[in-house]
Amino acid sequence: MSVDQATVRRIAHLARIKVADEEVPHLAQELNAILAFIEELSSVDVEGVEPMTSVMPMQMKLRADVVTEGGEADPIVANAPAVEDHFFVVPKVVE
Amino acid sequence: MNTHAKPSKLIKGATGDWEVVIGMEVHAQVTSKAKLFSGASAEYGGEPNTHVSLVDAAMPGMLPVINEECVAQAVRTGLGLKAQINLRSVFDRKNYFYPDLPQGYQISQYKSPIVGEGIVTVDVSPSEQIAVGIERLHLEQDAGKSLHDQSATESFVDLNRSGVALMEIVSKPDMRSADEARAYVTKLRTILRYLGTCDGNMEEGSLRADVNVSVRRPGEPLGTRCEIKNVNSIRFIGQAIETEARRQIDIIEDGGKIDQETRLFDPGRGETRSMRSKEEAHDYRYFPDPDLLPLEFDQAFVDGLAAHLPELPDAKKARFITQYGLPAYDAGVLVADRETADYFEATVSHAGKPGGAPRDAKAVANWIMGDVAAYANSIGSPVAQTHLQPAQIAALVDLIGDGTISGKIAKDLLAILITEERDGDPYAIVEKRGMKQVTDLGAIEKVVDAIIAANPDKVAQALAKPSMLGWFVGQVMKQTGGKANPQAVNDLLKTKLGL
Amino acid sequence: MGFPSPASGRREKPDLLKKELSLTDVTELSLAEARDALVKKEISAVDLAKAQIGAIEQARALNCFIVETPEKALAMAAQSDARLASGDAGPLEGVPLGIKDLYCTKGVQTTAASHILKGFVPTYESTVSANLWRDGAVMLGKLNLDEFAMGSSNETSYFGPVTSPWRRSGSNVRLVPGGSSGGSAAAVAARLCYGATATDTGGSIRQPAAFTGTVGIKPTYGRCSRWGIVAFASSLDQAGPIARSVRDAAILMRSMAGYDPKDTTSVDVPVPNYEAAVGASVKGKVIGIPKEYRLDGMSAEIEKLWAEGIAWLKAAGATIVDISLPHTRYALPAYYIVAPAEASSNLARYDGVRYGLRVPGKDVADLYENTRAAGFGKEVRRRVMIGTYVLSAGYYDAYYVRAQKIRTLIKRDFETVFADGVDAILTPATPSAAFGVGEKGEADPVEMYLNDIFTVTVNMAGLPGIAIPAGTSSEGLPLALQLIGRAFEEETLFSLASVIEQSAPKIELPPKWWA
Ligand SMILES: [Mg+2]
Ligand SMILES: [Zn+2]
Repeated sequence: MSVDQATVRRIAHLARIKVADEEVPHLAQELNAILAFIEELSSVDVEGVEPMTSVMPMQMKLRADVVTEGGEADPIVANAPAVEDHFFVVPKVVE
Repeated sequence: MNTHAKPSKLIKGATGDWEVVIGMEVHAQVTSKAKLFSGASAEYGGEPNTHVSLVDAAMPGMLPVINEECVAQAVRTGLGLKAQINLRSVFDRKNYFYPDLPQGYQISQYKSPIVGEGIVTVDVSPSEQIAVGIERLHLEQDAGKSLHDQSATESFVDLNRSGVALMEIVSKPDMRSADEARAYVTKLRTILRYLGTCDGNMEEGSLRADVNVSVRRPGEPLGTRCEIKNVNSIRFIGQAIETEARRQIDIIEDGGKIDQETRLFDPGRGETRSMRSKEEAHDYRYFPDPDLLPLEFDQAFVDGLAAHLPELPDAKKARFITQYGLPAYDAGVLVADRETADYFEATVSHAGKPGGAPRDAKAVANWIMGDVAAYANSIGSPVAQTHLQPAQIAALVDLIGDGTISGKIAKDLLAILITEERDGDPYAIVEKRGMKQVTDLGAIEKVVDAIIAANPDKVAQALAKPSMLGWFVGQVMKQTGGKANPQAVNDLLKTKLGL
Repeated sequence: MGFPSPASGRREKPDLLKKELSLTDVTELSLAEARDALVKKEISAVDLAKAQIGAIEQARALNCFIVETPEKALAMAAQSDARLASGDAGPLEGVPLGIKDLYCTKGVQTTAASHILKGFVPTYESTVSANLWRDGAVMLGKLNLDEFAMGSSNETSYFGPVTSPWRRSGSNVRLVPGGSSGGSAAAVAARLCYGATATDTGGSIRQPAAFTGTVGIKPTYGRCSRWGIVAFASSLDQAGPIARSVRDAAILMRSMAGYDPKDTTSVDVPVPNYEAAVGASVKGKVIGIPKEYRLDGMSAEIEKLWAEGIAWLKAAGATIVDISLPHTRYALPAYYIVAPAEASSNLARYDGVRYGLRVPGKDVADLYENTRAAGFGKEVRRRVMIGTYVLSAGYYDAYYVRAQKIRTLIKRDFETVFADGVDAILTPATPSAAFGVGEKGEADPVEMYLNDIFTVTVNMAGLPGIAIPAGTSSEGLPLALQLIGRAFEEETLFSLASVIEQSAPKIELPPKWWA
């Protein structure tokens, strides 16, 4: 499998990373180098093998249904680049 | 399961009949104190960004920890939907960018949901019941809320909803009309409320439906479907389906093709429109959330929850029919709301006067579904939350039952209980106000004789036309202040007039 | 092959402790020695902090720190002195440490060495750093790293590369300290702190430790909480220390480790006193030597180092057995699917809305794209894109699911040899000694990735691994061996590592050319 320039643009958009036109060929080449490297895996026989979900075999612990956090907006918005009345502000979203 | 619609449900098009096929994804907010993966409050409302933990705001290095009550609620719901409970399920990340999705992914369950296939029995009308299959139920996080009307150029993001637990309940495409779809959501909401797993409050968004609509010629394979997102009232669900089905039929009949897309119902304009912002091809890149282990529990956990499940509407309805001898329709109406059903039972089982006759459950049902419901409606309250006490209704029914008052007087009595004597004792009121009906045959006979003697012309008419009897009854009741036992009046008049 | 006597081990400095300690001298102490001197009141925590602050100021050329926190260090040290005086000192009381800038520190800028976290000041403290402060440690500042821990040379940092204090004999060429915990390794090697926190996703503790002649341990996955550490690849990331000696690493590990209910993947098992394992007998331990780690074209000096390590452990009474870990060769390619995939999702939160850099755009999507293009460096962008690609529709099964199946096979390889009675596995830590800044990976990113060829299997299987300096290259640069243990048996690693430490020739850091 190898990626062409259209695919590079599609992935970049999915990942929300702007790429300049002149970067695309180079990026395609780099990604293909990595894909060629991982291509080796296609030769491994994985028939009947369970994919790993948790590297340490254990049961997930659950938390009690208790309110322990929140209550204050200041620490939540403290680092935000744009805030108004404790709301995060973004360019207008059209639905 | 309900694969073909009855002819009556088909929609007439210019070129023939069409069948509409409906499936639904209902998002039900789990009733819990804290969020699905954080300790922030799940309560509705609140000042912006106050019900938000560092996890909900997706601060760097934050990790989700699952709330055990949300898991229990999902299992309870699964049991209520007679569904397969999966002892192992997996949380996946659904990746997409949106300002009210702070992590850049929603934690959901994709391949391995907590609940599998189930079934809901739905009463579409008194005479029609359908079975709607449940495909699955999974747990997932709600998103935050963006406000778009505060500024011309900006949207404001509040993360109070972000991370609140939702159950997404996916039905099979088993509905064939707007009525069926409405009845399904209504029934689902009833079940959730019985279980206490979702408050079903559609105004606050606790219950929202995504409706999948397609049309086809009867007997043909499924057509291309459109998904109408986030319909937030049962009435709108019906309207959205009808308009969308009509839109699709018109397109196909004009030789067009339906594009699979996401649409939005605009109740103001009564139309659905394409959601341009969500139009772009999605590639959610689902994969198991590496911050969470698979969710596992044993059958004993499920059994423990099952043991404490309340009686559900279908079971209650069946019991009302057998235990109280109610018609199926009455039982169905009463169990539609758990509190109303409880109110009914409290009324039926309320202790009567010692030695009194057993209370007529059907009469209780009639009063609750009739006059009491009408009153509750008029003040916009559920039956069980009016000031009228089951004890009062029980007494009222008993007073009729033992012949103390007539049905007509009972209506007056109820009016008094609603207005002048809100916590009054019906026995005392009847006594005090002299509302007892006259059953003394001698007294009634005197009145009857007097009226017959005074109206020979009417007597002659009555012999020719027996329906004139009603006029005589009216006269007697008028003279007795409505208190004469109507049966006795009837019997006496018939005898005396020779009818 | 002659074995140096334990007396020549580099922690022995009896003469230093006898006389009044000068501020430059104290920086030469190991953490254990500094701790003991503090307890004996031979030195104050404030003096210790001042000495390290001075050393850090002189070493700015190395670019180890992104943020120095001298005031905080002095304030914390003063509190430590008070606790030392009152007798309620913690196990790390008064010991100055550096914190990798991947750990969120309350009130102190945390960047993950990325432009995208510009100016981010957490309102919370990571569990692991909080554990260190609980035990009395003193914070010197935030250490440089590869951006989001993605790199093996510390060259991807937005704040510039870290320069290793090491130099090839007779050369002035700037060398990399390894990565991603390059700032941690260089700072410890250059005696700028007594120890440092680090993280290891594919070798990011062990490879820089190997490059800088320090000791680095990646504990079992789940041993340390990940809460408050900026995530790179959640299923692989693990915190651990880089230290001047095996004993120092053991001391730090005890404080860093522990179950954390805020991290569902952290494991609820008691934390042993790791220091007690240092110097313990290794008689009868079975050490596996995996044939698959003997790469084609492996350099003679790495071969020799490995053989020496085997001999040292044998001499200490361990049994050496040949073992096979057949899926080893697939670990690195599988890693370059799993890690970028998880990273692509973990890094989605950096969008310019709630914190960090924001580059405006005509709409929200544009704002995201501008912010992430400007905020992420080249390597991060590359990995996010690879991760996005391997998860995308149509490729998920072929790449991600297959890689996770291969992980199962890799883990099974280890389980098999452990079940056969192997206690630990000895391998080289890196295929080579440190290289020069700008020497690798420019043309082909994969060239850089190959640095982790010996370390990455351990992350894929969740096992503990430790890198211990064991010799020098022909150019006089440190070389290290790696020991891999059973899950939660870090103590065995500390015992074995201390044998190697005691057996290996002492390696001398070049004079302080940077000061
Ligand atoms: Mg859906
Ligand atoms: Zn959903």
